[in-house]
Amino acid sequence: MRLKIFQLTLILAVLVVSNLANNSYASPVETFAFTDEVTKIRFQALSKELRCPKCQNQNLADSNSTVASALRLDLYNLLVEGKSDKEIVDLMVARYGEFVLYRPRVSSITYVLWFGPALLILLGVIVVIVILRKKPLAKAELSLTAEQQQKLNQLLVANDTDIAADDSSSSNTSSTTSLSTATSNNKE
Amino acid sequence: MNILIRLLPLVLVIALGVVLYRGLSLNPQELPSALIGKSMPAFSLTTLNDEKRLVTKNALVGDIVLINVWATWCPTCKYEHPYLLDIALNPQVKLYGLNYKDERSAALQWLKNYKDPYQFSIFDEDGLLGVKLGVFGAPETFVLDHHGIIRKRFAGAIDTRIWRKEFEPLIKQLIIEQQQGNS
Repeated sequence: MRLKIFQLTLILAVLVVSNLANNSYASPVETFAFTDEVTKIRFQALSKELRCPKCQNQNLADSNSTVASALRLDLYNLLVEGKSDKEIVDLMVARYGEFVLYRPRVSSITYVLWFGPALLILLGVIVVIVILRKKPLAKAELSLTAEQQQKLNQLLVANDTDIAADDSSSSNTSSTTSLSTATSNNKE
Repeated sequence: MNILIRLLPLVLVIALGVVLYRGLSLNPQELPSALIGKSMPAFSLTTLNDEKRLVTKNALVGDIVLINVWATWCPTCKYEHPYLLDIALNPQVKLYGLNYKDERSAALQWLKNYKDPYQFSIFDEDGLLGVKLGVFGAPETFVLDHHGIIRKRFAGAIDTRIWRKEFEPLIKQLIIEQQQGNS
C-alpha cells in the first residue's frame, strides 16, 4: 500500500514538472518590442490562449502558418493600442467564432463540456456506492429461514435413511456407495 | 428490469460508437464564418498595382462584390485562377482581389503570367485586413451585397461546379434584393 502511494506521488510529481516545462515560452519567428513587462506577459498569455485557425491543434505562439503570424501581429497592435484582454478576446471571437478560444466560454452549448466530466464522476461514485451497499443484503438473503432449515434437516435425515438402506442391500454398485459416503461426510 | 440494466452498458457503448463514428466524417476545417451579416471591416491599404494609391472600404461598396483572397505562395490559387478569369467576364458581379501576406513583385509577376481577373487587388502585406475578415488561409472568397454587408465566405478553390452550387443562387438573390432596394 505504502509503495503504491509512493508510486502515485512520483507520477504526479513527474506530471507537474513536465507541465511546468511546457509553460516555457515557444518563441515565434518574429520579434516584437514591448515597452513594459506586463504587456509582454499578456502577449505571451494571449497567444497561448488563442488557437490558430488554420493549424487547428496549435496555438498562436506555436504556429508558423501565415495566418498565425498575421494574428500575432494583430494581437501585438491591439495590445499596443491599449485594448484590454477581454476586448481582444471578444474581437477575435467576433472574427473567427468561439472556435478560436482554447478554453471555451461557459454557455448553454458548452455546459456538457464543462460539467459533463464532473457529472460522470458523480454518477460513477453513486454506482460504486450502490454496488457496495448491495453486498451485505445479498449475504442476509443467503442465510436460511427457520422453515428452510427444517426442510433441509428433513432432507438430510431422509438421505441418511437411504444410505442405511443402501448399505444393507448387497446389490448396490460401488460408485453409489462412495457418493453416499461423501454426502454423509459433508453433513458432518 | 434486470435485463434492461444488464443491457444498459451495451446500449451506451453503441450510442457512443454512433456519435464518434459520425465525428469521423465531419470536416474540422469547415468553420462557420462569424462575420456573415456584418459589415465589411474598414481598412486603408494600397493597391497591388500602384503603391501610392490608397483604397478604403468605400471603393468596394455599391455593387455585388466578390473579394478573392489570394497569394503567390498558395498552389490552390493557381488552380482557381482560370475560373476567376471567367468570373471577371460576368457583368453581374465585381471581382476584387485581396493579395494576402505576399510580396508585391512576385504578385505582380503572377498577374502578368496568368492575366489579371481583378478590378484591382488590395495589397495586404501584413495580413491585417485578412485577420479582420477572419481569413485563415488562401484561397477564400467573400460575397458582399450592395450595402457592403458580408453575405458569404467560401474557403477553398472556386471551379465551375462550386460556382453553380455555392455562388449563383446567392447572386441571383442579391440582384433581386438590389432591384427591390432601388425601386
